[in-house]
Amino acid sequence: MTKTRPKPQLFFAFTTAVLLAACVGTVAAQRDHSEHEKYKYKNDALVYAELAKAPKKAVARRNPLESDPDAILAGGKLFDQHCTECHGELADGTKKGPSLRADPVYQATPGALFWLLTNGVVRRGMPVWSKLPEPQRWQLVSYIKSLTPPKPEAAVEQAPQH
Amino acid sequence: MNSIVFAFSCPRPRPHDAPRRVTRPRLLQLLFAALLALAGFSPPAAGQESPYIVTYDHYLEEPGSLEVEYFSTFGTQRGGNDFHAFWAEFEYGATAWWTTELYFDGQTTFNDSTIFTGFRWENRFRLLQREHFINPVLYIEYEQTSGADKILKEVEGHDVEADYADPNAIARQEHDHEIETKLLLSKTFNGWNIAENTIATKNVTGGNPWEFGYAIGASRPLALKASAHRCSFCPENFIAGIEMYGGLGDRYSFGLHETSHYLAPVVAWNLPSDWTLRLSPGFGLNDNSHRFLLRWGVSREFSGFGSAISRLFGGRQ
Repeated sequence: MTKTRPKPQLFFAFTTAVLLAACVGTVAAQRDHSEHEKYKYKNDALVYAELAKAPKKAVARRNPLESDPDAILAGGKLFDQHCTECHGELADGTKKGPSLRADPVYQATPGALFWLLTNGVVRRGMPVWSKLPEPQRWQLVSYIKSLTPPKPEAAVEQAPQH
Repeated sequence: MNSIVFAFSCPRPRPHDAPRRVTRPRLLQLLFAALLALAGFSPPAAGQESPYIVTYDHYLEEPGSLEVEYFSTFGTQRGGNDFHAFWAEFEYGATAWWTTELYFDGQTTFNDSTIFTGFRWENRFRLLQREHFINPVLYIEYEQTSGADKILKEVEGHDVEADYADPNAIARQEHDHEIETKLLLSKTFNGWNIAENTIATKNVTGGNPWEFGYAIGASRPLALKASAHRCSFCPENFIAGIEMYGGLGDRYSFGLHETSHYLAPVVAWNLPSDWTLRLSPGFGLNDNSHRFLLRWGVSREFSGFGSAISRLFGGRQ
């Protein structure tokens, strides 16, 4: 057994390397800011834009659970467990994740949503969800497709008061 | 006579005229308490945690979430006393592609003592943005441990059972400063996860050569579809699998010989109350290995930990 002196310089070198790698990644993730004014948060448009990148084969996939009466209920449970932290309890978005009650989501096919769930948008903060088995991801897609548009804020404001 | 020494709870008395200084165990206690207190401000989050204890798959912690974990390993020891090694783990998702983790290790050797054996700082970086046929993750860890560390989180080089037989008073005099790198490869298909880790470690104290190791694992949830209602005993809450790990020698003597290898079934139970329990009995596959290792662990994930820290310092929600 040999007693050796600690090497603080090694620890600092390691810390510097890790922080440098993190900074490079963060800067790269913040470069692109096109057309974000349309949505509540600047990241939203960038995440929605990923839906358009789904391959044709993925877009064309049909939800094998679309006729399963329990799929929406199970998807809602999974949504509560895994998604509300970023997308909000009502799926109307937070600073961390975009609203799922938005046109790009309504217009997306189930296959495109499944593809996005599977692959995530890692640079924009959305993790990959392939760790959920495929049927659970389809259950989530069923739930997301069942969401209805939020009430327009203007209509709420102009409602007659009694 | 029970000679167990509790290094955490029984600091050596100091003379009245000695300057007051915070000892390392005290600092670690404070850090541990602070992290737990901050985690208490964050809502719990249900995870789909992997059952592996040694092997890593390619899934990182969700951004902003903190997972607090405790693990134990009971090991039989020929030529020495059996032991119970334990570690606390704080795993934080810094981004969707970077997870950072802090470990504090300790162990009790029966009929000997209980000691703190060191810390590790681990980082995992996802290398590719999307899912591919095989998904690589780069793992980089700095560890500062004593020779008495027995958590057996990995097997490297020519690690054998006899290395762990020394009494704590002797073993703790050895200080290791290691850089450990791993290439984690993993794939999930049809509910099965297959993961392979290749380990390369350099102990920078002394002229030690690069040492190598491996870990492989396979696991699958007991059911692939989620049930429509919240339940504790639903089969989808259980993930079962198996992992195998061992050494691969060093740069001068590479291979499966003169090192130890283990095979361990693993099971995880992801409770709807946001806790995960893991259990893994491990069996040595050759005479260089501990005959039996029983590992268990408990963890809880807290989402929004990063936001809680941000709020603490006046940041926006």
